[in-house]
Amino acid sequence: MTSKDRILARIRRAVQQPAAQTGPGPDADIPRDYLRVHATRTPQERVDLLAAHLAEYRARVHRTDEDGLRDLLGRLLADAATVQLPPDLGFGLPSDPSLTFVTDHAAQTPRDLDRVDAVVTGCALAIAETGTIVLDGGPSQGRRRITLVPDHHICLVRVPGQVVDSVPEALPLLDPGRPLTWISGPSATSDIELERVEGVHGPRTLDVVLVAAPDPRPDPDPRPGTQ
Amino acid sequence: MTRTDLGMPAFPEAAREAVRDGVLRANLRHATHTIRDKRARAVAELADWDRLRAAGKAVKDHTLRHLDRHLLRLEAAVTAAGGTVHWAVDADEANRIVTELVRATGEREVVKVKSMATQEIGLNEALEAAGIAAYETDLAELIVQLGRDRPSHILVPAIHRNRAEIRDIFRAEMGRWGRPAPDALGDDPRELAEAARLHLREKFLRAKVAVSGANFMVAETGTMVVLESEGNGRMCLTLPETLISVVGIEKVVPTFRDLEIFLQTLPRSSTAERMNPYTTMWTGLGPSRGADGDGPSAFHLVLLDNGRTDTLADETGRQALRCIRCSACLNVCPVYERAGGHAYGSVYPGPIGAVLSPQLRGTGSAIDASLPYASTLCGACYDVCPVAIDIPEILVHLRERVAQGGPVTRHGIRVRIRPAHGHTAERAAVRAARLLLDRPGALRAGERLLARARRLTPRRLPGPGRAWTDTRELPSVPAESFRDWWTRERGTPQ
Amino acid sequence: MRVALFVTCVNDALYPQTGIAVVRLLERLGVAVDFPAAQSCCGQPLYNTGYRHETEPLLLRTAAAFAGHAYVVTPSGSCAAMIREHYPRIGRKAEREGRGTDLADAATSLAPRVYELTEFLVDVLGVTDVGAYFPHTVTYHPSCHGLRGLGLGDRPRRLLAAVKGLDLVELSGAQECCGFGGTFAVKNPDVSAAMGTDKIASAAGTGAEVLCAADNSCLAHLGGLLRRADSPLRTLHLAEILASTEEEPPT
Repeated sequence: MTSKDRILARIRRAVQQPAAQTGPGPDADIPRDYLRVHATRTPQERVDLLAAHLAEYRARVHRTDEDGLRDLLGRLLADAATVQLPPDLGFGLPSDPSLTFVTDHAAQTPRDLDRVDAVVTGCALAIAETGTIVLDGGPSQGRRRITLVPDHHICLVRVPGQVVDSVPEALPLLDPGRPLTWISGPSATSDIELERVEGVHGPRTLDVVLVAAPDPRPDPDPRPGTQ
Repeated sequence: MTRTDLGMPAFPEAAREAVRDGVLRANLRHATHTIRDKRARAVAELADWDRLRAAGKAVKDHTLRHLDRHLLRLEAAVTAAGGTVHWAVDADEANRIVTELVRATGEREVVKVKSMATQEIGLNEALEAAGIAAYETDLAELIVQLGRDRPSHILVPAIHRNRAEIRDIFRAEMGRWGRPAPDALGDDPRELAEAARLHLREKFLRAKVAVSGANFMVAETGTMVVLESEGNGRMCLTLPETLISVVGIEKVVPTFRDLEIFLQTLPRSSTAERMNPYTTMWTGLGPSRGADGDGPSAFHLVLLDNGRTDTLADETGRQALRCIRCSACLNVCPVYERAGGHAYGSVYPGPIGAVLSPQLRGTGSAIDASLPYASTLCGACYDVCPVAIDIPEILVHLRERVAQGGPVTRHGIRVRIRPAHGHTAERAAVRAARLLLDRPGALRAGERLLARARRLTPRRLPGPGRAWTDTRELPSVPAESFRDWWTRERGTPQ
Repeated sequence: MRVALFVTCVNDALYPQTGIAVVRLLERLGVAVDFPAAQSCCGQPLYNTGYRHETEPLLLRTAAAFAGHAYVVTPSGSCAAMIREHYPRIGRKAEREGRGTDLADAATSLAPRVYELTEFLVDVLGVTDVGAYFPHTVTYHPSCHGLRGLGLGDRPRRLLAAVKGLDLVELSGAQECCGFGGTFAVKNPDVSAAMGTDKIASAAGTGAEVLCAADNSCLAHLGGLLRRADSPLRTLHLAEILASTEEEPPT
């Protein structure tokens, strides 16, 4: 008898169900009367809430449009020499000759990334109620390591299109097959006397730029989670 | 569970030391009160908290009822996405599997993300015995590992240490494990976190193998979910070539959608945040099956039983398997606050530990037989539990197991256990008390006897009564019981 | 209206003045009080220590003692919670063990008729001002089984606030357990005393003359600590304050 068989047999004995039992479907007995969103908001209110919640957890929040983005990035990258980019950021970059841009490629090692000063990416979506940005490894975001090893992450969010209200609104828009990274403020710890300190292993500086620009994604299917 | 834990003294003796340690008491009081108030505010933000709590409970109960099907579904999904699934009946088997997997890579060191399951099975010790160094990378786990200490809290394993103690540990120990602490290291939490960042970065950048646990595993998609704060989790989950996750079988949830409940309740219950800084979700080796260098090129999932199916077999006790390890119950527990986590003699301290350890390990040892009594049954833990585990109910149920004995499942076999040692005198006393209480006539006679001797009531009692009178006066005995007053005033009762 | 008083074993033997206060209070409010002599202990100390089987005869006795009474009133949140929460549980477990439905029937018949004193006053009689007079500074400790088990909420405090002459002061950390916990007090004496010591320090810090609660078991613990510390703060059951009038102050 393998360990797998043994564990499964123990489970069936424990819950007194035969192996072939065809019980209720996965969702049959789950009350889902909790709220999909915790308030009705206009797109603008949603963006404002995202900004407030990000800032509360010590992300630096900026607002601009496509025209202003180049200048803003120039200012945010004033102290940087080497800047990491995803395969396709989808926005224009500052043309400052002192900046060297590196595009994500498979041969880049963690040590290479450790020498990079900052990284600029887009995101898959952002969640207002929790102050979260979600990356899914798409072309505007690159591999997970490029937003992890450098000490400064600048994340561009297209507003209002990429901002959803809540966690229940976000999940149906995400593909669980892709690697997902949810980021709510910069790296932090509460391990010393339960006092929150920002900045441990992940980027210690998180700049979130809310860019007033259309969402390039095709309109999502009617959201299965929305009722 | 590690064998050293089982040689622990019973809870009351261990707690006695902690209660007298003024520094420890102050550290715990400060930390638990800080987080307790923050949690209350974070929870109060959600008008539907009770419904989220009920839904979380229902998802977990449903999963446990059909655990075999969900595990098989999970295995299929993980395998389809390029991962390999292993099944471990107990700690020894899990340790053996992980050790072999690490050996096969040719590496002699692993980086670790904080994981209750690997602590439970004593993985670090098993790897060390096989000549493999395991480096804890969570700040609190690092403090515990460097201090050759034991964790005392689920979320904040070094909660018993204050900043000055942590600075001293870093100064004395970091150099032996890698990059030493800066000479002028102060005790500001920011400085301490920075020292940990520098110390661990070297390890992250060179690591080839990582070991993690998981908060959730999604059966439908094979997706693993790890919530964390510092970024050490992301480092371990994405940089090394081989990732081994050891996860208790109860951590499975049926659907990706189910995460919408727990991603709202877990962060608010544990760190009192709307959302923790980082959550990583991965499915096997990802869309490219590891070819794009985004994440590991080998993923192993070790599904761990180690007493869980035995716990599942108990109708009252199985609700403990709903636990999502948030540690809200520790932070509100007045007993935990005074006794500290070490007194619980297990990697699972506090109220949830008091119901989990004696189920996972059995009630055979002194510590495990004493844990169900390590509570006043005040109910604060049940109130804050985001999956509504009725901890007081399980505590009483396990007290029964200790005091009366009864049917229990151990290693998959249903047995009838005898009462635990040391309860013989208590059982006789309880029986005598019941016989008295069940005869109001005898009770009245006893009360009158007591009233007549009331002037003789001593200030200090001998024997077991000392436990009361060492710190407290006895209530003074009235001249007349209520019964006698009623008879005198109103005549014979009905 | 007619009620049966479930005085509880602790009050019967050690705190008769609390039982007497309940009788005076209820009669003053026009309620007739019976005292069924067959009553004894609800069995909570045994049950909570792990002796469910020894508890069962006491469950049957208690249910029989109060059979036929529409209202059973008790000045103990803890004993009320035992009957309402745990009796049905004991019944279900016995059924599962194949020992018939006697315990379950007795439990389900009694449980809904049992009222903790403040519930009876506020919910059944609909009063918060019971016409009491007590010219003292009082702080109130909500005992856990009343607070969290029965969900008494602010009923006790509303009753106290309406007492003439009474100055009610807030107890900091009020919702935290006092550390009594039944046999916990002697099985884990160090933690129990540490919790109680913190509780009486909070109570003393309010400047109150009286520490009040609705459970004498908690007060036995806290009062024992206070007297050992020679504290001037005295403990008093809520019923005794509510029964107090200008003519008849508490003894």
